[in-house]
Amino acid sequence: MINFILLILIYTGIYALMAIGQNLITGYVGLLSLTQAGFFAIGSYVTAILSVTYGIDFWITVPIAGILAALFGVVIGLPTLRLSGDYLAIATLGFGEIVRNILNNWDSLTNGPMGIQRIPMITVFGMKISPYAKWGFLVVVWLFVLVAFVLFERLANSRMGRALEAVREDEIAASSMGINATRYKVWAFALGAGIAGVAGSLQSTFILSVTPGVFTFMVSIMVLCMVVLGGMGNFAAVILGAFIIQFISYFPQLVGLSNIIPPQFKQILFGLILVTMMIWRPQGILGRKTRGEPAIFKRRGGKK
Amino acid sequence: MGSISEFFQHLMNGLTLGGIYALIALGYTMVYGILKFINFAHGDILMVGSYIGLFTFNAIRGQQMGIWTIVAFFIAMIAGMLFSAVLGVLIERIAYKPLRRATRLAPLLSAIGVSFILSNTAAWAWGTKSRKLDYPFDNTPFTIGGVAITPHQILILVVVIIMMVSLKLFVDRSRIGKAMRATSLDQDTAKLMGIKADQIIAITFAIGSALAATAGFLIALEIKVYPSMGMMTGLKAFVAAVVGGIGNISGAMLGGILLGLLETFGVALLGIPYGMRDTIAFVALIIILLIKPEGLLGKVEKEKV
Repeated sequence: MINFILLILIYTGIYALMAIGQNLITGYVGLLSLTQAGFFAIGSYVTAILSVTYGIDFWITVPIAGILAALFGVVIGLPTLRLSGDYLAIATLGFGEIVRNILNNWDSLTNGPMGIQRIPMITVFGMKISPYAKWGFLVVVWLFVLVAFVLFERLANSRMGRALEAVREDEIAASSMGINATRYKVWAFALGAGIAGVAGSLQSTFILSVTPGVFTFMVSIMVLCMVVLGGMGNFAAVILGAFIIQFISYFPQLVGLSNIIPPQFKQILFGLILVTMMIWRPQGILGRKTRGEPAIFKRRGGKK
Repeated sequence: MGSISEFFQHLMNGLTLGGIYALIALGYTMVYGILKFINFAHGDILMVGSYIGLFTFNAIRGQQMGIWTIVAFFIAMIAGMLFSAVLGVLIERIAYKPLRRATRLAPLLSAIGVSFILSNTAAWAWGTKSRKLDYPFDNTPFTIGGVAITPHQILILVVVIIMMVSLKLFVDRSRIGKAMRATSLDQDTAKLMGIKADQIIAITFAIGSALAATAGFLIALEIKVYPSMGMMTGLKAFVAAVVGGIGNISGAMLGGILLGLLETFGVALLGIPYGMRDTIAFVALIIILLIKPEGLLGKVEKEKV
């Protein structure tokens, strides 16, 4: 039981990283990106391939995974972000599918549908962090979350964060104030992609194997749900959202009803969460964080 | 190899595939034209329509293949169309209408939710296994001048052409069509002129959904029916709509056919591996967004402050 709760908390952490990235893109810039799963996959495979084939240490693969995912973000972002936000949604949706397509077909690099096994465990000062002993891994994951939370929170309160919000509220007005909207949007998109890549690195050393089947569209939808449920534009809220969504995901197993509750139910529930939240509570559970006040765990009305 | 007849073979295959994309793209483009948002659930409406068509066909077809199976096929197609039309209108009422005055992001997120609900409910209710839809006629190909044509391809071309011509006539000539164009041009002004915009939007959803169901049912003969069938097909059809110029009905038709040809010729002549066929559409999307973001037939819209 305690092991199971630890498992949920570890996954909450990994997904919280992706949700933090998604929040920067969707919550702050107001763009719909549907491919955190794609960047997640890229990060996972970077760590898997580098550590298994080339024997490179996990800690070196993490920044490479992040940077590579961010570069892919720039490649998709540059052509689509100059235009209205709708195109990004479609381009990213397609990108996620293409990534999976390539992982499945590029046998010499990714070993196709079989995936890559026997990924080495993380070592800290010569100490192995075994995913089976969960506590150690939990600490590592949440340290990542903490660092990401602080960095992104600082970023959102910086010049860039204010520029992003200005672009979201009124792109034309922002542009006429001298904000280069496209540049900021591409930056935000790349950062959101990069952090998802880092989350992928962690995931691959947690399961110790990667297969293309993991990185479905469903992952992207879960991340989106976390942001919408917690509250767009509020990094603490999306971490809460990550926990709730992971808890729902594992609830059938937790209470031992996984034989009775079909797997589609949680996915139908995710769909319902998106629709009902949009209609009745678009600001999410905690609501948008208003500038200059400590808003954590204080309920606030969002923008109508 | 490499002869003229081979070229016409690919042309024929590309045209039928493109016709299907065009039918689906029309739904995206019509909704986008009026509400300025992407109906992500469009592909899943197609899936539901195909299922309903399949069930109806299997219920009424009987054993012997003959004239009746062909009649039954069309009855089933119409059943799927009607069901999808009603579903499309219901979805608009429940999930999109309350969000018309909300931020741009809200209806998009809601549409993704609807899409997820539909595909997973279908998977739960009807199983994830794909179901085969039997040909209502003998599908042995016949050759004309070295080009092998299946009766299925003829069926697709005939249905697609009938649908497109009647839609074009409906939108260009009828009163409701005129109201649709007016609503798409400027919703508030259209309302002031006495057009019931809500009704027009409902009609648009009904027509778009019915066209998608038709397309889904037609390709079901080849690719079978399964809960996630709407996703890739829907995505590519959307690309087709963008290539042709989103919001433009003729553009959607042109874009669909171009994309079908591009995929067929891309695999056959350019040597793109079949497994990567789905990638062609997205490369096309990126290229068109880079060089002509308004699409082939689209007009450049100036943003007003």
